[in-house]
Amino acid sequence: MKYMLMIYRDEAAFAPGQTSGAHSGAYIAYADALKAAGVLIGGDRLQPSSTASTLRAGDGAPEILDGPYADTKEQFGGFYIIDVPDLDAALQWAARCPATTQGAVEVRPMWVV
Amino acid sequence: MGATSRASQAREAAERVARHSYGKLVAYLSARTRDIAGAEDALSEAFAAALDQWDAVGIPANPEAWLLTVARRRMVDTARQRETRAGAAEHLKLLADELRDAGEGSDIPDERLRLMFACAHPAIDRQIRSPLILQTVLGFDAATIAGCYLVSPTTMGQRLVRAKTKIKQAGIAFRLPEHLEMPERLDAVLEAIYAAFTEGWSDPAGTEQRRRELAQEALWLGRLVARLLPDEPEVLGLLALMLHLEARRRARRDHQGGYIPLNDQDPSKWDTMLIAEAEDILLGASHRGRIGRYQLEAAVQSAHAIRRFGRAPDWTVL
Repeated sequence: MKYMLMIYRDEAAFAPGQTSGAHSGAYIAYADALKAAGVLIGGDRLQPSSTASTLRAGDGAPEILDGPYADTKEQFGGFYIIDVPDLDAALQWAARCPATTQGAVEVRPMWVV
Repeated sequence: MGATSRASQAREAAERVARHSYGKLVAYLSARTRDIAGAEDALSEAFAAALDQWDAVGIPANPEAWLLTVARRRMVDTARQRETRAGAAEHLKLLADELRDAGEGSDIPDERLRLMFACAHPAIDRQIRSPLILQTVLGFDAATIAGCYLVSPTTMGQRLVRAKTKIKQAGIAFRLPEHLEMPERLDAVLEAIYAAFTEGWSDPAGTEQRRRELAQEALWLGRLVARLLPDEPEVLGLLALMLHLEARRRARRDHQGGYIPLNDQDPSKWDTMLIAEAEDILLGASHRGRIGRYQLEAAVQSAHAIRRFGRAPDWTVL
């Protein structure tokens, strides 16, 4: 089954210039482990939520808003898509994600067509 | 044989199988596809068909296998009709795998333990684990469970549906936990069983038949898990604890239904058979050399039970 691991984290800790090399290193090592296990389908890191634009359905054309969908302390900041046998395997991989030490990781199955 | 007695025999046979095998059939039918709701639907149709046909042509030699075959056929039909093409192919493949693995033998593999581990999975809301096990393993309907847990049937029904959907869609596998994760995962199963027991034990007036039965059902689940996992001391600890508590049922209410504290209870009203069974089981657990929460609680109850035999409770032990 395919799952998306969605990473939510406090952006203040990731402000430009504050990103520690060690932390990026942890993500690189994590992605390498996913690749080595043959479970990684894809994934990426996103720019901070201050760069986001949100379109919301209105009366006529959708309204364009400056900012992310939800203005929360922890923001969606990146994702991995993995292919593993079941939820337990997905949760085990999510538990190894560096984000679990300073944020949250939501694990969701992908829609099966 | 009269038509009426044949009909009642068919009904009795169906009820007997339902009582003994419901959870086993649900667990087996949903183990591969994780589709518990689908298995329950198919099984209820199979039971309806059984009442019709066993009445007309007699009760089959192996009623369990008969129900399994009819229910499985029903699941295959539903998969063909309902699912999208790709989904149906996958679903049908799983059902075919299951059929092949079942082989020719008439013994249905017991997947109830795997089912219970799925129901008490950490990704399932703690509050619904116990009701979910009552429904899937024992066949309680949502309204009955709602009555036991004092919530509206609609709410309970929705929560149960949501939990079953999560097991299926989120890919919660029916599997036994590996060695390292076993203690934590097993604890969740035991907690769900004990929750059902205490729910049944705590009826305010001591008069509610349905909630009292819940304690009996929890005991039945405890015995089942003890049979399926005979080497886990905490399973035995929980069973011993529930038996000790159950042994005092008749002594814990006065005639007006008022609560009697343990110290004021009349020990002659305690059930010595249940106490003896509890002691036996607890002793067996202690030989396995891994103490835990339920064994400790059972040991506390055991120290109180000594009063039944005319001695003061051992307060130093307590």
